[in-house]
Amino acid sequence: MKKQGSDSNPATVLPALPEPLKDLKIKYTKIFINNEWHNSVSGKKFEVFNPANEEKICEIEEADKADVDKAVKAARRAFELGSPWRTMDASERGRLLNKLADLVERDRLILATMEAIDGGKLFPTAYLMDLGACIKTLRYCAGWADKIHGRTVPMDGNFFTFTRHEPIGVCGQIIPWNFPLVMFVWKIAPALCCGNTVVVKPAEQTPLTALYMGSLIKEAGFPPGVVNIVPGFGPTAGAAISHHMDIDKVAFTGSTEVGKLIKEAAGKSNLKRVTLELGGKSPNIIFADADLDTAVEFAHIGLFYHQGQCCIAGSRIFVEEPIYDEFVRRSIERAKKYTLGNPLLPGVQQGPQIDKEQFQKILELIESGKKEGAKLECGGGPWGDKGYFIQPTVFSNVTDDMRIAKEEIFGPVQQIMKFKTIDEVIKRANNTNYGLAAAVFTKDIDKALTFAAALQAGTVWVNCYSAMSAQCPFGGFKMSGNGREM
Amino acid sequence: LPPVPLPLLSLQIFINNEWHESTSGKKFPTYNPSTLEKICDIEEGDKPDVDNAVEAAKAAFQRGSQWRQMDALSRGRLLHKLADLLERDRVILATLETMDTGKPFLQAYFIDLEGCIKTLRYYAGWADKIQGRTIPVDENFVCFTRHEPMGVCGAITPWNFPLLMLVWKMAPALCCGNTLVIKPAEQTPLTSLYIGSLIKEVGFPPGVVNIVPGYGPTAGAAISTHHSIDKIAFTGSTKVGKLIKEAASKSNLKRVTLELGGKNPCIVCADADLDLAVECAHQGVFFNQGQCCTAASRVFVEEQIYPEFVKRSVEYAKKRLVGDPFDARTEQGPQIDQKQFDKILELIESGKKEGAKLECGGLAIEDRGLFIKPTVFSEVTDNMRIAKEEIFGPVQPIMKFKNIEEVIRRANNTEYGLTAAVFTKNLDRALMLASALQSGTVWINCYNALYAQAPFGGFKMSGNGRELGEYALAEYTEVKTVTIKLSQKSP
Repeated sequence: MKKQGSDSNPATVLPALPEPLKDLKIKYTKIFINNEWHNSVSGKKFEVFNPANEEKICEIEEADKADVDKAVKAARRAFELGSPWRTMDASERGRLLNKLADLVERDRLILATMEAIDGGKLFPTAYLMDLGACIKTLRYCAGWADKIHGRTVPMDGNFFTFTRHEPIGVCGQIIPWNFPLVMFVWKIAPALCCGNTVVVKPAEQTPLTALYMGSLIKEAGFPPGVVNIVPGFGPTAGAAISHHMDIDKVAFTGSTEVGKLIKEAAGKSNLKRVTLELGGKSPNIIFADADLDTAVEFAHIGLFYHQGQCCIAGSRIFVEEPIYDEFVRRSIERAKKYTLGNPLLPGVQQGPQIDKEQFQKILELIESGKKEGAKLECGGGPWGDKGYFIQPTVFSNVTDDMRIAKEEIFGPVQQIMKFKTIDEVIKRANNTNYGLAAAVFTKDIDKALTFAAALQAGTVWVNCYSAMSAQCPFGGFKMSGNGREM
Repeated sequence: LPPVPLPLLSLQIFINNEWHESTSGKKFPTYNPSTLEKICDIEEGDKPDVDNAVEAAKAAFQRGSQWRQMDALSRGRLLHKLADLLERDRVILATLETMDTGKPFLQAYFIDLEGCIKTLRYYAGWADKIQGRTIPVDENFVCFTRHEPMGVCGAITPWNFPLLMLVWKMAPALCCGNTLVIKPAEQTPLTSLYIGSLIKEVGFPPGVVNIVPGYGPTAGAAISTHHSIDKIAFTGSTKVGKLIKEAASKSNLKRVTLELGGKNPCIVCADADLDLAVECAHQGVFFNQGQCCTAASRVFVEEQIYPEFVKRSVEYAKKRLVGDPFDARTEQGPQIDQKQFDKILELIESGKKEGAKLECGGLAIEDRGLFIKPTVFSEVTDNMRIAKEEIFGPVQPIMKFKNIEEVIRRANNTEYGLTAAVFTKNLDRALMLASALQSGTVWINCYNALYAQAPFGGFKMSGNGRELGEYALAEYTEVKTVTIKLSQKSP
C-alpha cells in the first residue's frame, strides 16, 4: 500500500488502469468448508450493502457457532498427521501460494470492482494498491515456505539438540472491513506458508472478496479443509472462534476494544496463542527544516487515505511552531480540492464511510472538536443525500486534551497541533495507550535517528508516511496490538 | 551444616535497591516443610507495594535513565558479576533453598544453583547481540528493525524451583534491557529476597529489579492487572495461567508468557537400553519430590518388556531414600505444604479405587510431616485420574502399549504438551516420534536434559511462548520497524 512517494520513483511500473466491471455478478454467497459451499446450519442469511448508495448488494449465508464447529472439524482433519497438507513438501506449499497469486492476478479486475463496491473503496486504489499488495504478499510468503528454519543448539553435556519450527495448528482469523482483501491475505499467507490450516471470518460489512478467494483457493489446488471461510457477525461467529477449545491460535485485526475481548476469551478457553492488530492515534511530527511540500502531501495522504479508515492514520500532526501557519494553510488548500462520489467513477477522490455506525461516530467526534474549541478550517459535516459521505475536515489549534486528539476517529478528519521543542513533542507523541505508527519529517540525521529510537511505535517513518511492504514487520507497541505481521 | 545467620537476609520488600516495610504493616510466615517449623516472617506486599515497585521500575526505564543509557556490553557484565556473587554465596543460597522448599541440599547445590549460574552467564553473553535486521523493502526506502526492551516486566515465580525459575525470567529480561517487578511464591520467598541484596551489591541501578513477596490473589493479581506493566511472565498451574492471561487482556493487553503444567509421556520401546530407560523414567518422575512441570507422569512401555520394566522400576522406587534434606544420603525430601500433600494422597487413593495395581508405596511416611513414600502403579489405563491429572508428587503410573501409531495417539491425547521422552535405539522411530509428539521438548534416550542454550516451553495448554535459548529474547523485546525515504533508490 504505497502512497504518493512511489510516484516519484520512475522505476515503479504500475499496471495500466482498466475500467471497473459493469454488472458484476456475485457468485459466491455461501459458507466455504472443505472446498465446498455450504448453507448455514441455522438457515439464516445476512445482507451486504453498498455504502455509496446504501443499496443491498446481495445476501450471504450467515455462519454461527455450529458452522464454526464444522469448519474447525474440517481444519483439524486437514491438519492431522499424515494428511495431504501435513505430508506435502514445504516447497509445494510455496508453489500453491504462488499459484493463488497468479489467479488473483488473472481475476484482478473482478476482485477490485467487488472490493470497491463492497467497501466503498476508490476503484483505482483498490485495483492498483489493494490488489497489488495482495499479490505481492502472497508471492513474498510463498518464497518463505521452504525456509522455515529451526536451529542446532550447542547444549552442555553429550547431547545433540535441535529445534523444529512447527505449524501451530488450526488458526482462527478475524478480518476487518477497511482492507478486506489485503487483511485476508496478510493472515492466510503466513499461516499457510508455515503449514497451518485456517478458519477465516471476514467482516460482516465486507465478506464478498474473501468468499471469492475461496473459489480461487479451491482452483489453485489447496487440499480440502486447509482454508475455511465463515462469514458472519462478531458476537456470534467471531466469539465462537475466540472461545473455541480446538482452535490453537487466533489472529485479529480491528478495534482495541474488541481485541481485549478476544485475548480474554483466549485466556478463558484454551490459552490459544493470540496476535492482535488494533487501533492507533499515530503522531506525525513535522520539523521546520523539513521539505514542506513533501510533509504536507504525506501528512494529507497519511490521514485521508481510504476516507481516514486506516489503523495507521496520522491523526495527530505536530508541527514545529515557526512553520505552523504555513503548514495549516497548505493543508487546507490540499483538503479543499476534493471530489466526493461513487468510488467506481473516474475523477472521484473520496468515497463513503463504511456504514451508518461509523458515519455517526465520526460526525459526533467532529462536533466535539467544534465544542471543545478547535478551529474548524474546512469541511465539518456530511455530504450528499445518499450514502455515508463526510466532507474532508481540517481542525487547527488542536490541544492534547480534546477528544479529537485522544480518540481514534477513523474518518476524514485531520488534527494539526503546534510544538516547540524535541523533548516536548516526544513526550506528547508518546502520551497515549496506542503505539502503532509514527512519522518524523526533518533533514537532520541526528533528529531523525533520535526519533526513530524515542517514539513508542511499532513503525517509525522518516520523511514519508504509510510506506509499507510485505518485507517489513508491522504491529503495535502498547495497546495497539500484540505481535507482528509481515 | 550451620544454620544461616538470619541477619544476613532482609525479609522486606525490595524497591529501588532499598528494603521497605509493607504499606499495610502486615507480615506473613514462611515454613520449613521438613520440620513444619516457621522459619521467619516476611513483609507482605499487596497492591500499594506493587504500585510503588512499578513506579520505581518505570522510572528506571525512562528514556535517558542510567539503565537505558548503559552500553549493552555493560548490562552483560552486570549479569556476569551477579553470577559471580551466586557462586560466592552458593552454600548460603543452597541452604536457604533447602530450608524453604525441602529439596535435598545436594540437589539444590549441584542442580538448582548450577542452573542459575549458567543461565545468568548464558544471557550475559547475549546482551550485546540483540540484533535487528536490515530489510530489502520495495522502492527507495531504507528499512531496518530495532529489537527494543518491552519495558516493565512482571514476573510471578513458583515454589518448586524458586531461584532457578526466577533466574530464567530475570536473566533474559535484564539482558534485553527491561526492568522487573517480581513476586516470588509465598511458600518460598527467601532465595528471591537474598538475590535482592546481590542485585544491589553488583551495582544494578535502583529500580531495575524490584521484589514484592506476597500472595497470588493480592500481589500477583495486582501485577497481572496493572496498567503500567508491559509484560508478564508466569510459571505455575494451568488454572492460574488462564486467570493471568485473562487479566492481562482485560487491563492493558500486556504481553504474556506462561510456563504451566504437564502430564508428560515417557515412551519406552522394546529395543531401548532397559537400564537407562528405567533409571531415566524413575528420576524423571521422582526428581524434586515429583514436583516438576516436566514430571514423567505417564510411562508407556511396549508390551514385550512391560513386566521387566515394572519390576525394575519398583526396585528403584523401593531403594529411594526419603528423609532430612540436609542429610547427604537423602534423595527425596517432603512435599511443599499440606495442600499439595493432601492432593497427592487423594490422587493415590483414586488410583487404588479406579483399579490400578499398587506396586509399592501408596501412603505417607510418618504420621507427622509431609513425606510420601515413592509410589508405583502398574496396569494403569488412560481414563484413570492418575493418568489424566497432574499429580505433582512421587507417584509413577506405568501403562502398556502395542504399537507406535497407538502410543502416538495416546501420548498426544491431552490438553498438556510440555515435554515428552522416547527410549529406543532405532533412528527412524526416534525421529518419527520427535516429529509426531505434540510437546515443546522431546528427549531421546534421556530425561530432564535442560540447559540454558535450549528453548523450553509448552504446546497447547502447557503454556504460551518459550524460555531459555535465543528464543527467550523474542519474549522480552518489542520489534520496531524504521522506514526512511531516500531521494533515489539505492542498490
